[in-house]
Amino acid sequence: MEAASVPAPAGAVERGQTREPVARRILRVLAKAPLNLFLIFIAVLWLVPTFGLALTSLMPADVISSEGWWKVVSKPSIATWDNYDALFKNNDLTKALLTTAEIAVGNTVLLVLVASLAGYAFAWIDFPGRDWLFVVVIGLLVVPLQVALIPIFSLYNKTGLFDTVIGLILFHVAFGMPFAVFLLRNFFIGIPKDILESARIDGASELTIFFKLILPLGLPAIASLAIFQFLWTWNDLIVALTFARDTQPLTVAIFSQLRQFGSNIELIAPASFVSLAIPLAVFLAFQRYFVQGLLAGSVK
Amino acid sequence: MAAGVSAVPPAAEAPRESRWRQRAVTAIFLGPALVFLAVWLVYPTFYTIVRSFFDRDGSGFIWFSNYKELFTTDTLQTAIKNNAIWVGVVPALVTAIGLIFAVLTERVRWSVGFKIAVFMPMAISLFAAGVIWHLMLTQDPALGSVNAGLKEVDETFSSKGVLESAQGSGPQIAGSTKKGFALKGDVRPGQTALLGLTAIPPDAVPAGARQAVEPQPQDGAITGAVWRDFKPGGGKPGVVEPQERGLPGVTVDLRDASGKSVASTKTKDDGSFVFDDVKDGTYHPAVSSKSFSAPYKGPSWLGPKLITPAVMIAYIWVWAGFAMVVIGAGLAAISREVLEAARTDGATEWQVFRRVTVPMLAPVLSVVFITMLINVLKVFDIVLSVAPESSQDDANVIALAMWRTSFGGVNDFGLGSAIAVFLFLLVIPVLALNVRRFRREA
Repeated sequence: MEAASVPAPAGAVERGQTREPVARRILRVLAKAPLNLFLIFIAVLWLVPTFGLALTSLMPADVISSEGWWKVVSKPSIATWDNYDALFKNNDLTKALLTTAEIAVGNTVLLVLVASLAGYAFAWIDFPGRDWLFVVVIGLLVVPLQVALIPIFSLYNKTGLFDTVIGLILFHVAFGMPFAVFLLRNFFIGIPKDILESARIDGASELTIFFKLILPLGLPAIASLAIFQFLWTWNDLIVALTFARDTQPLTVAIFSQLRQFGSNIELIAPASFVSLAIPLAVFLAFQRYFVQGLLAGSVK
Repeated sequence: MAAGVSAVPPAAEAPRESRWRQRAVTAIFLGPALVFLAVWLVYPTFYTIVRSFFDRDGSGFIWFSNYKELFTTDTLQTAIKNNAIWVGVVPALVTAIGLIFAVLTERVRWSVGFKIAVFMPMAISLFAAGVIWHLMLTQDPALGSVNAGLKEVDETFSSKGVLESAQGSGPQIAGSTKKGFALKGDVRPGQTALLGLTAIPPDAVPAGARQAVEPQPQDGAITGAVWRDFKPGGGKPGVVEPQERGLPGVTVDLRDASGKSVASTKTKDDGSFVFDDVKDGTYHPAVSSKSFSAPYKGPSWLGPKLITPAVMIAYIWVWAGFAMVVIGAGLAAISREVLEAARTDGATEWQVFRRVTVPMLAPVLSVVFITMLINVLKVFDIVLSVAPESSQDDANVIALAMWRTSFGGVNDFGLGSAIAVFLFLLVIPVLALNVRRFRREA
């Protein structure tokens, strides 16, 4: 009886069990269809502008001022790399790209170093007035950089830092400092005390502890900070616009092209796309750190 | 603290030397950062405050004159007014959009993809985002995506005239595209009306147009034709000739002697039209003004009137992702049990959202709101890149006004400093809020 009767009902039950969830699943999917459609619509809406710029940059110069980017969608054969060829042959713009890279990398490295030292001091070195000083540093977080433009402009003119990559790097490091110190101090303070204490008892100097222990252990926070600062300075316009004349980063170079807008979209579109492609790549590659940093202190 | 104490025992043996050592180490760690902060942030702040009481070239002390100028100059007033609009609209809107996206995206499987799409503009500079939207918002629908979209909607939902412009083909027809073109001579039932139009480009002739046909008189009716009274070489005005095409879809009014329209009809593919059963009398058939409509232009986003909303659209596009991600993280931290409990108690989704989710998210929402407040007070790059030179006065905001006054040709460092100090004063209340928050967290 068991051998004969069991298989059939079991199969039936099994089929019944799988069939019901399928029906329910279809219902569930259907119920969610409007929501999904709405979100797809929003996502497309959010992607179209960047996509449009990418396609605009591929349009031949002679149609760029008479046709919209969707022309490339309906007639892909007109797409061309000519604009990018012209862009990379344009000395001003390639020089600007290089300047941007120098500023972004240089100031990020310097900031990470200086801010980690300070963050460590605020977290693990005991000195009088420490907490008070830390509050001052956090307070400086909200100083708008507009406040510094005029005095630093005068200072740079006197010291010869005007229109130099170094001058721009130093300014960015300074204005990245409050956030960086805040972020790193809060991360370092979470490192288990035992590790530091046993290192101190073993006679390690503070510098040894810093380089051998803190930096490796603090890597996640340092990565967040570095990515943020890199993007922030790569994307900067106002600082470079104020303190640079011939040492132009890409944003300023595009901006001066933009002032004669209309005739030279074939230059502006690819240059803008290059200018945003690198931060975009950095963001997509390091999303996790980016979001972490954002959540750690959503200020800037 | 405790770590510092643990370093004390060796200090007990050689107190003085060790204390100096300790100080030297602290100085090495802290010194560079403090130098940066002192030279680039603290000193400039004081310098700018002092400088704001001096005149343009810094030689004369003028008390509050710069501040008086700040509140009386037209472009600066526009800047303050615009910034007030920014503060009133954008932080609330960004927070609301972020909240909606965060809540909705939790319910779909592809939430990561959605988040990346919406968050992506955050990586792009505000400046580049501005360039993108400058292109998107170009007025000509052939170039600007936004107006191209609006044009599609406009054409789908409103009935439009078939022609953009025309003229009567001879002195027998009077009028304009605004008033319509009427036949001057009287027409009685049983007669025909010839409404020839010229000055229509060949490609503006509506699709489906066929060879125009000389109308045949009918008893008790007024028949006629509306056609493009022109052929290569010119042709005879007022006469239907081979190669001259009818104008289909044109609205024709039958006006009585007083000029009032008593009937209306549309032309066929060959341009012919018929008014049946017309009462005896004299009439003037006319091409109605409804037949004409100007080409769709679309709003002038980058013009003086709409420039601030235009920049805001671009700005919200950039920051919505930030709000969504931060609020999303807050949402993930809310205990599922509370939400489930509310649902089992019979609360609708809207009630759960309104009475449970939003109150529990209040701290996160305020963080996003305050952050956006600071950002909006300092908005700069995106205004510069979205607004063309011609509408920058109308799009002006405080940070931009500060820069333009100081470095944009005017070079008035006194007034520029005053604007910077004003901006600083505006963010101080937010600073206080932030310090409190960070101290609590730290």
